[in-house]
Amino acid sequence: MNLLLQAETALSETGEWIANGFFYLIATVAVVAALKMVSTKNVVHAALYLLVVLSAVAATYVILGAEFAAATQVLVYLGAIMVLMLFGVMLTRAKLGNDEELDHDQRWIGSLVGVGMLAVMSYSLWEFYQGERLPSEQSPQRTQEVALEIFSTYIVAFEALSVLLLAALIGAIVVARKD
Amino acid sequence: MLGLELAYWQETIIKLVLAFGVVLVPAGATVYLYLFKMVSFMQSRLGPMEAGPYGSLQLLAELGKSAQKEDIFPERADRFVFAAAPYVVIISSFLLALVVPFGPDAMFVNFDTGIFFALAVSSVSVIGVLMAGWASASKYSLMGGLRAAGQLIAYELPLVLAVVGVVIQAGTLNMSKIVEAQIEGEIFGWGAIGNPFILTQFVAFFIFFIAVQAELTQTPFDMPIAESELVAGYMTEYSGFRFLMFFIGEFATANIFAFLGATLFLGGWSVPPFVTDLIGIDPYSEAFNYIGPIVMITKMLLITFVIYWVRFTYPRFREDQLQRFAWKVLIPLALANIAVTGVAKVVF
Repeated sequence: MNLLLQAETALSETGEWIANGFFYLIATVAVVAALKMVSTKNVVHAALYLLVVLSAVAATYVILGAEFAAATQVLVYLGAIMVLMLFGVMLTRAKLGNDEELDHDQRWIGSLVGVGMLAVMSYSLWEFYQGERLPSEQSPQRTQEVALEIFSTYIVAFEALSVLLLAALIGAIVVARKD
Repeated sequence: MLGLELAYWQETIIKLVLAFGVVLVPAGATVYLYLFKMVSFMQSRLGPMEAGPYGSLQLLAELGKSAQKEDIFPERADRFVFAAAPYVVIISSFLLALVVPFGPDAMFVNFDTGIFFALAVSSVSVIGVLMAGWASASKYSLMGGLRAAGQLIAYELPLVLAVVGVVIQAGTLNMSKIVEAQIEGEIFGWGAIGNPFILTQFVAFFIFFIAVQAELTQTPFDMPIAESELVAGYMTEYSGFRFLMFFIGEFATANIFAFLGATLFLGGWSVPPFVTDLIGIDPYSEAFNYIGPIVMITKMLLITFVIYWVRFTYPRFREDQLQRFAWKVLIPLALANIAVTGVAKVVF
C-alpha cells in the first residue's frame, strides 16, 4: 500500500514536472514571438508573430485546465480578429520584403512603457497571490460552472458588456453606411 | 479497451498513429471513391482504370508523382511563410479530428467543450489560406486568398449558429454527451429510433451542410479557387508535395466535417435503440468501441456522398451572391432556429 502511494506521488510529481516543462517551453515561444513581432520590418510578419503569441496564450489556458477560455481564445482571436487583421493588411499594404517606413524613433518610449506595464502587472500579481501555489491536482474547469457564474455572480457585468457591444455594433454600421 | 493498462506515453503513441489513420485513410478512400470514380460515372466516363484493378492504385501513383516533383518557390515569394502555409492548413484538420467520438470510449480527447473546440480550430485553416495567398507574390494567389478569407468568415457564423441549436437541445457541448442525448431521446414518448437531431433540428442540419460546403470551398462555393478567373486561387504557385498537402487538407477536412455532422445530427457512433433492444445489448457496452467506428464511417460516407454530389452538380455562385446568401439568408435563418429551439426547450 505504502509502495503504491509512493508510486502515485512520484507519478503526480512527474506530471507536474511535465506540465511545468511545457509551460516554460510555451512561455519561451510566446516571449520570443512577442519580441520578434515588435522588431520585424514587415507588417504581415508582425501579424503572424502576434498570432504565435495568441496561440501560445491559448496553449497556456489548456495547461491550466481552462478549456473553455482556450477554445474562446482560438475562435475569437485566431479565427476572427487575426483573420480580419491579416485581411485588412493584405488588402491595403501587402508589401513583400522589408518595409523601412515601419521603423521610427519612438521605440525607446515604447519599450519604456512596456517595461513599466510589466513592472506594474508583476507587482500586482505578486502582491495578490503572496507565494500561494496552484493546487497540483487540477481537474479541468466545467463549462457549465463558467456559464452559471456568468449568469449569476457576474450578470451585471455581462449585461453591461452586451449593451456596450451592441452600441459598438450600431456605431460600426452607422460609420460604414455612407447613404 | 482490450483490458490492457497502458502507460500514458504508450497510449499517446497509439493515439498519434490512429490520428494519422483517421485523417488520411478516409481522405484517400473518399478521393478514390467519389472524386475519381463517382464523378466519372456521373459524366459517363470510366475514370482511372490503368493503375491496379479499376484504377484502385491510382492514389499511390498520384502520391508518387507529387513526391518526385520539383519543389518550386516563386522568385519573389516570402519563402518561410510560403512553406509554412500548407502545414497550418493540415494541422487544423488534425486538431479537428481530436474531439470526434468513435465509440463510448474510442476517442482521442474527451473535451468538455468538444464541439466548441472543433469549431474554433476549424477557423485556423483560414490563416493558412491567407498566408499562402500573400506569400506567393502573385496577384491570382492574393485575390484567391482574400476571397477565401471573406467567404470563410461569412460562413463561419452560420456554421457556429447552426450548431448552437443542437447544443441547446442536447444541453451540452461535449460530443459524447450529444451522442448520448440522441440515444436517450424520445419523440413524443416513442424511443425506438432515439432522437437523431436531424429530425428536430433539420433547419440546423441544412444550414450546417451548406456552411460546410462553403468552408471547404467546394462548388457551388468555389469562388476562391475559380479556375476560369484565378487559375487555382491561393494554390496557384504551389506544386509537388506542398500542393499535395493542401489537397489532403481539403479532403481530410471534408471527411472530418462529415464525422462531426454525423455526430451532431445522425446519432454518431450509436445505432437506433430498437436494434440494440432486439439483439439485447447495452447501447453503451464495450462492443460499441468496435462497432462504433464502422457505424461512423458508414454515416461519414453517406454525408460525403452528398457533399460531392452537390459539388459536381451545381454551377458556381457569383462572389456577391455568395456573400449575400450567407449574411441575408443563412444567418437570419440560423438565429430564428436558435430562438425557436430555445422556446421549445423551455415549453417541452
